[in-house]
Amino acid sequence: LKETSASPPPLLFLLSPHPPELCFSAAMPQTQSSTAASGGGGRLRDAFGGVLCAFTLLLIGLLAFSIRLFSVIKYESVIHEFDPYFNYRVTQFLSKNGVYEFWNWFDDRTWYPLGRVIGGTVYPGLTLTAGTIWWLLNSLNIPLSVETVCVFTAPIFSANASWATYLLTKEARGPGAGLMAAAILAMVPSYISRSVAGSYDNEAVAIFALIFTFYLYVKTLNTGSLFYAALNSLSYFYMVCSWGGYTFIINLIPMHVLLCIVTGRYSSRLYIAYAPLIVLGTLLAALVPVVGFNAVMTSEHFASFLVFIILHVVAMVYYIKGLLTPRLFKVAMTFVITVGLAVCFAVAAVLIALVASSPTKGWSGRSLSLLDPTYASKYIPIIASVSEHQPPTWPSYFMDINVLAFLSCFLPLSDASSFLVLYLVTSVYFSGVMVRLMLVLAPAACILSGIALSGAFSVLTRSMKFQRQTSENAGDGSSNALANSETASKEKPSKKNRKRDKDSEGSSPADHMTEEKLLVLPCGPAAVGIMLLIILSGFYVIHCVWAAAEAYSAPSIVLTSRSHDGLHVFDDFREAYGWMRHNTDVDDKVASWWDYGYQTTAMANRTVLVDNNTWNNTHIATVGTAMASPEKEAWEIFSSLDVKYVLVVFGGLIGYPSDDINKFLWMVRIGGGVFPHIKEADYLRDGNYCVDAHGTPTMLNSLMYKLCYYRFVETDGKGFDRVRRYEIGKKHFKLTHFEEVFTTHHWMVRVYKLKPQKNRVRGKLKLKPAGRSSSKANSMRKIGGKKNPWQ
Amino acid sequence: MATALPPLRRATPLLLFLVVVAGALASPARADLVISRADRRVDLTSHIVRAVTSLKVENAGQDPVSQVLLAFPNIQAKNLAAIRAFRTEGKVKGPSTVLPVEVVQPSGAPPELMFFSALLPKPLEKGKTLHLEVLTVFTHSLQPFPEEITQAEAQLVVYQDSAHYLSPYPVKVQTLTIRLPGGRVESYTKHPKAKLVDSELRYGPFEDLPPFSYLPVIVHFENNNPFAVAKEVIREIEISHWGNVQITEHYNIAHGGARLKGEFSRIDYQSRPYVRGVSSFRHLIARLPPRAHSIYYRDEIGNISTSHLWSDSKKTQLEIEPRFPLFGGWQTTFTVGYGLPLQDFVFYSDGKRFLNITFGSPMEEILIEKLIVKVVLPEGSKDIEVSAPFPTKQWQEVKYSHLDIVGRPVVVLEKPDVIPEHNLYFQVYYKFNNISLLREPLMLITGFFLLFGACIVYMRTDMSISKSSPSYLAKLQWDEVQATVQKIQGIFEQCLAVHDKLEASLRDLSRTGDIQICKAARKAADAQFKELSKDLKPLLTSLQSSPQSYQIWPKVDDLITKEREMQEKLMTRHSTVVDCFEKKLRGQDVENRIVLQRQKIAALRQEVESLLEYISDI
Repeated sequence: LKETSASPPPLLFLLSPHPPELCFSAAMPQTQSSTAASGGGGRLRDAFGGVLCAFTLLLIGLLAFSIRLFSVIKYESVIHEFDPYFNYRVTQFLSKNGVYEFWNWFDDRTWYPLGRVIGGTVYPGLTLTAGTIWWLLNSLNIPLSVETVCVFTAPIFSANASWATYLLTKEARGPGAGLMAAAILAMVPSYISRSVAGSYDNEAVAIFALIFTFYLYVKTLNTGSLFYAALNSLSYFYMVCSWGGYTFIINLIPMHVLLCIVTGRYSSRLYIAYAPLIVLGTLLAALVPVVGFNAVMTSEHFASFLVFIILHVVAMVYYIKGLLTPRLFKVAMTFVITVGLAVCFAVAAVLIALVASSPTKGWSGRSLSLLDPTYASKYIPIIASVSEHQPPTWPSYFMDINVLAFLSCFLPLSDASSFLVLYLVTSVYFSGVMVRLMLVLAPAACILSGIALSGAFSVLTRSMKFQRQTSENAGDGSSNALANSETASKEKPSKKNRKRDKDSEGSSPADHMTEEKLLVLPCGPAAVGIMLLIILSGFYVIHCVWAAAEAYSAPSIVLTSRSHDGLHVFDDFREAYGWMRHNTDVDDKVASWWDYGYQTTAMANRTVLVDNNTWNNTHIATVGTAMASPEKEAWEIFSSLDVKYVLVVFGGLIGYPSDDINKFLWMVRIGGGVFPHIKEADYLRDGNYCVDAHGTPTMLNSLMYKLCYYRFVETDGKGFDRVRRYEIGKKHFKLTHFEEVFTTHHWMVRVYKLKPQKNRVRGKLKLKPAGRSSSKANSMRKIGGKKNPWQ
Repeated sequence: MATALPPLRRATPLLLFLVVVAGALASPARADLVISRADRRVDLTSHIVRAVTSLKVENAGQDPVSQVLLAFPNIQAKNLAAIRAFRTEGKVKGPSTVLPVEVVQPSGAPPELMFFSALLPKPLEKGKTLHLEVLTVFTHSLQPFPEEITQAEAQLVVYQDSAHYLSPYPVKVQTLTIRLPGGRVESYTKHPKAKLVDSELRYGPFEDLPPFSYLPVIVHFENNNPFAVAKEVIREIEISHWGNVQITEHYNIAHGGARLKGEFSRIDYQSRPYVRGVSSFRHLIARLPPRAHSIYYRDEIGNISTSHLWSDSKKTQLEIEPRFPLFGGWQTTFTVGYGLPLQDFVFYSDGKRFLNITFGSPMEEILIEKLIVKVVLPEGSKDIEVSAPFPTKQWQEVKYSHLDIVGRPVVVLEKPDVIPEHNLYFQVYYKFNNISLLREPLMLITGFFLLFGACIVYMRTDMSISKSSPSYLAKLQWDEVQATVQKIQGIFEQCLAVHDKLEASLRDLSRTGDIQICKAARKAADAQFKELSKDLKPLLTSLQSSPQSYQIWPKVDDLITKEREMQEKLMTRHSTVVDCFEKKLRGQDVENRIVLQRQKIAALRQEVESLLEYISDI
């Protein structure tokens, strides 16, 4: 019931930007005529429009907030997925120990035995934001837990983001388009997927910061005010604090500046918009510990400095042009160009030499994999293995952006709108490379389709009005004067719409007249067009609500399935983490694949070897190697790392597809990338990955296989794996170096303990029969023993 | 000590102790009471041991006696959680009065014994008899043996007691009945008068035993009942006079029985849960008061999805299942919270309010090693008093919550070893004025009022620091320009209104044919136009002189020319139409003459309006 009752309000909200305006225009003539004589009508109407606009924005914010609460209503108020657990843990630490402790936090409960300097390696924006909100609430004696604040941070910031979208679009086109874009962004599925209540991740805050930075940039560009330029660099600082995606801003804005210069649109406003941003922004960015000197050293920031120099050169040229006569100017130009080119070449040569000396050309792996989509799969399997780094499929575009993908808009080109177009084009490219960056595309698509939709609506409604007026003219021939005056009063409201397509520069009213006349459509098609647009928007709303309710609300630590006998809840992850939290020693080390690292530290409060911050490839490869090795070698690797428990995720009993067996090939690949004795081919039979009777002996003897399928055959007698849909290859086996200590109710998480080393019995080695294990396994063991990197 | 039980080592102190007691026999620290019959029934079905002793006490001495001494060896007394004495009339179902019980230390008593004294309401006269029921509850008295078991094994426990009733008085006839939970009895201390029938073990009857007789017996038996032991429970009772009593209970529960050794196999547990996992427990049952609402059950990592709830008019029954089955030595924590209607628990008498609620936890058969009850009274409560049915450690705290300023007074009661028998009502008396309820809403209202007030003040006042800075001057000028533009706009609106009047007069003309009125209208309009243009002139000059109007000026200029043109067109059209009427031309001809003009006027009017619109947008 809760689901259906929640859906009508969004429907109302979406339509709200339009009907109020329509009502408004219908109501206006009376107001206008009654107060026309006094001349106060315009002011009253402005005030009314302002209040209406503010109210609509409030509703949009409410919509953005409430559409993200499906996860709380359907599941519970809980942190979702993997990374949010880390952020939650950091926020807990921050709220408990204060900000200075946070900067100096060395976390010894992860990456054992290396540890991790959290304060210096984390983007602190999100944590500081939530920590501040929590602190503020608690200082007002509103007792909300850190968890609650964290859960609701993302919805709050998506409301902020939709307001920022309004501001940005308003700056580019006008308030009508702004409202439309804000409403669309409030419920774009791609953004919802990252900002439902509980998905406490950097992106939730960063998208707001991104849009707001763009808004301030465009605002500065339009006004040329240094005040906004300063605000812009502060907003950029917030973005740098929040997300690694700030490099998108610091590349997109220079690109736009370059575009403006190339198209001859250089102005002092452009200079004010750009130069303070680079100077202040870079200084501020260098304050963030995780960025530090990267703000001037890495290639991601290079473009901004290059454009900074170019901008100054151009500014200088314009200045000189104003000073000198054209003839002198030509002479000066040739001189400057020859000298400048020489210096440029020298600098460029040095730079190229510097850059070329670094193997990745100064780019970080992640950025490089964006520029060259094949890079990661060739060199860094760890980046390629992350599911959100895969390229998206076409259905996912439809799923995440829906109709927006098919709407776009060609604007009269101004500085602001060219910026938006550039934003769209680059973000389309990036989203094509990584599914995760679909998120960056979403605001661009929303803004442009908001403009397009509001443009379409205004054209259609206007043409309907014009049409009515001409038909009246035709019908009423005798009293033309009356008709004319009516026309005049009727037309007034329609100009309200027209205002939207006006540029800030504005064109002369005569142009508008012709434009208007050109844009008039026959009444019938206009009505049909409006109907179609409304239906289209309706479908969009339905799709968004469906996506929010069904597709993106699952917290992924609790799974539910609907069967004929009601709702079934699979709460196995928390069962296992809860068990470990209370029934293992507080200093025990737990080994698992890196996916579960953050959750283990946050929920079970146990030390892990590797976690989702995949900063040390070798360490991850070690765990991968251990998982891929036979039992004894794995035991040696693990015990050399002080591991006491090994955790595996197994979906074979209930058909949970993203389990460790399905991720196993990545472990082999990553492990093999560092320790060459692990060969992917050993785990594949004729290029196919399988764990049934055709599975290779290496595969069936690997620790992962054994831990997952230990005593699995006893459940149904055959060992039928419901994920892989076949019977497993090796059914009856015993564990010699590990013992099962906990398995959850649906077997999704299995925890094993490393058995202590047996007392050595003298002479036993000799008695051991040579044929006990196959010769291959023996040789493997020898090799494995030598290859253990921790001995 | 007939059985060859392994825990002999633990029993050795008892032997020593017996010797000591035998020495103490000679001590004169007892009145001349004789217990003519003592029946003890020890219930071992749960992990909390309950012993009911029925005593028939006879005063064989000379003086009236006002107290009856009850003795326990120290090893038992340290596990004693509750002791209660009732005076009955001899029949089982008869009326009974509760007797106060206190710890005493009679002179000359051996230090290995601990004495309690049941105070009689009126002294027992010579030769009279008295029926006394003593309920004693012991915790931690069932020792698991072996201490570690595997998943498949049943849990065996050892219970030690004395077959003879340990009393400072001679006992004539006595029996001991031990109720076992059923299931296997591994062994028990053999005795000629011991008899095991079904799950009941009987010792006795023993006759004519001297004071302080002691005969240790040990029973080793299977007990798979849940050994739910809460290390600590914090129970917070928060009173809100808006109509709710919110109770939050934080549990830290462990299985207090034999520890699990070796592996825990889910497949064994799932395929035969009553064989492989018999010693574990999966769920706990809480009996909450009726009309409990908003019940939640969670731990630090989220909701726990396994619970069931039934409710009727007498109680609300909550069955909760921890995240995982608890085997020996395993522990878990969770929080249960619920709301209760205020009128069921908070009452008013003699100008004071009081909370009347049970002390212990609503969980069934749970032993709480440390219970902390916090009663959070509403902000502004005064004169707080506590009345508890048993001694507790008490202190006060302050809690800040929900926009509090001075904080809420919190009464904290702490008691170790709490068992279901302690689930008695206790009272917290306090004084509270209902007006304090309005404090927080009023605070919110004031806060918002101040916020909006500040906004208004900010919007209306000039906050600029430097009154001579160029930007400030520019802003002033701009404001001036805007005001001027608005005035100009007003004038144009008036012009347009005059135009409308002219049009209207034309329409009247076509209807009535009265030329004079029409001419008069034209004259009036002319005059108005002149007046308006006179008004406009100073405004225009001021606008032109202002440096901020460079953007607007061309538009305004444009507007003026357009309007002039329109005025002229309108006038000519007006005069044409009037002329035509004077010449009595046909309507069609008139139409033909002015159709062009009309179109032009319409176009001009649109332009003027759009210009006005544009200006107003600035």
